[in-house]
Amino acid sequence: MLNPRTDLPLDRDSHGRFLPWIIAFVVFLASLALAGTLFLDSLAAGWERGVSATLSVQIPASGDEADDDRRTDAALIGLRSAPGVVRADLVSAERVAALLEPWLGPATAAGDLPLPRLIDVEIDDDVEVAELTRALQARVPDATIDDHRVWLDRLVRLVRAIELLAGATLALMSAATAGTVVFATRTGLAVHQDVIEVLHLIGAQDAYIARQFARRAQAHAIRGAAVGLALAVPTLGAIGYLATRLEPELLPELSLSPIGWSAFLVLPLAAAAIAAVTARLTVIRSLARMP
Amino acid sequence: MPHEENGRVIEFENVGLRYGLGPEVLQDVTFSLPAGSFHFLVGPSGAGKSSLLRLMYLALKPSRGLITLFGRDIATTPRRALPALRRRIGVVFQDFRLLNHLSAFDNVALPLRVAGNREDDVRKHVIELLSWVGLKDHVGARPPTLSGGQQQKVAIARAVIGRPRLLLADEPTGNIDDKMAFRLMHLFEELNKLGTTVVIATHNEALVARVGHGCLRLDQGHFAAEPGIEGVSGSPAPVGRTAGGTRDRLLRSSAGDAA
Ligand SMILES: Nc1ncnc2c1ncn2[C@@H]1O[C@H](COP(=O)(O)OP(=O)(O)O)[C@@H](O)[C@H]1O
Ligand SMILES: [Mg+2]
Repeated sequence: MLNPRTDLPLDRDSHGRFLPWIIAFVVFLASLALAGTLFLDSLAAGWERGVSATLSVQIPASGDEADDDRRTDAALIGLRSAPGVVRADLVSAERVAALLEPWLGPATAAGDLPLPRLIDVEIDDDVEVAELTRALQARVPDATIDDHRVWLDRLVRLVRAIELLAGATLALMSAATAGTVVFATRTGLAVHQDVIEVLHLIGAQDAYIARQFARRAQAHAIRGAAVGLALAVPTLGAIGYLATRLEPELLPELSLSPIGWSAFLVLPLAAAAIAAVTARLTVIRSLARMP
Repeated sequence: MPHEENGRVIEFENVGLRYGLGPEVLQDVTFSLPAGSFHFLVGPSGAGKSSLLRLMYLALKPSRGLITLFGRDIATTPRRALPALRRRIGVVFQDFRLLNHLSAFDNVALPLRVAGNREDDVRKHVIELLSWVGLKDHVGARPPTLSGGQQQKVAIARAVIGRPRLLLADEPTGNIDDKMAFRLMHLFEELNKLGTTVVIATHNEALVARVGHGCLRLDQGHFAAEPGIEGVSGSPAPVGRTAGGTRDRLLRSSAGDAA
């Protein structure tokens, strides 16, 4: 597969030599784009899982401690009896104060300010948040539920946009590879015009000649892709290592699923297929224009 | 499909050929070759012999006129059907046109591989033929390392490996001595006896006179009437004539004959 026998002296062509290097470069970039996409994907999936399972319920301070306690108890009872709620716990005043301290200063810790009550709720995935909100507000009208959705949706939309960009980049790179193959093939056709004429006169179909160009382009692509992938793996390893050292908590573990790994193996195959098909079509189309 | 061909391997009717916008190098060429015949195509240098052969092996399309090959009108034959026709024609090119980057073996194997034959069949036939033409020891040699005579043998082997129905040779005796030339003619006659129609372009009139066979006499792009060449090898004569030329052309062609 790496050194197919051809009737055309294609392996000696200097114009074909740059092809493996261009493909190596493209596959290298494509590997990084793919790794980035897979990483963002698992990141977004992790967020969705984490966030969709929790809610926070806020009960604003009324200035009357007893009333606040009463409304909080009502909310807790209501939540705990609602279907799909796994857990509903009051967040301690100290913790609320600690959460607010960066904004409000040490005064909160001293208990001088009226603090809202926070309830941390864990729910099943299929719970209708709107339903839950209505049920809660029937008991405690001024309670609000923050399901983190709006915030999350924005982030996820951003991630998807970046993924789309990476996809578009991959498509562009594929097109560039195809363009390079078209150029190399056209040059090869011009350089070997004489040999091609002899092959035709001997009775070769266009497809026979196309097959030779396709095999050669495929061999170039596989070789180039192997180099590109070989360079990408240590690069990704280094990036992963640095990332986990810098921000260990922020990042989900960088291990790839089997699907992720096979996506990387698809890259050289895709490069080989693009190269072979492009070369074949280029030859067939060019030769069909001959008399 | 002999019935389709009417016993004629190839027919030209009022064929004219010009290169680009130049003058017609072939004019009103009309002839047909019966299956199994043997012909020389003679005429002075520049008469159009090579051009006529190019039309016959489908390297060129005529500017006008009708060419029928193996019973098929070439003008209406789609491009994808041409390879099958070409595989029934063996050509010994004037300059051999061997592929210099391939071994003698691979050069001779080309017509079989192109036709999709199995590799072990290819191997057997090619080795057999190369031994027969005396190149057993040069199977792996590349053409540039071979002598002119050896290259010619490779070219001939490549032309006949596919058992062509029609064998065309352009000045095959051009750069070899007379003894070799006669041996070569003998080879072509052997092939002819097996049923292959043979056309050999040459300006070596001495050779033609000694070997015999029918003659297609070209001069300045058209056929001169050539009575009395029939039946030398028991094959019918070609239908060769000047078709509808002006008196001027006739004059020119008879002048060519005299030369
Ligand atoms: N490729 C070509 N382009 C233009 N003119 C050509 C070409 N080949 C041959 N000719 C012209 O056609 C005429 C016949 O040439 P050719 O067929 O080679 O004759 P022959 O083989 O009998 O010597 C000559 O005048 C020659 O100059
Ligand atoms: Mg000639």
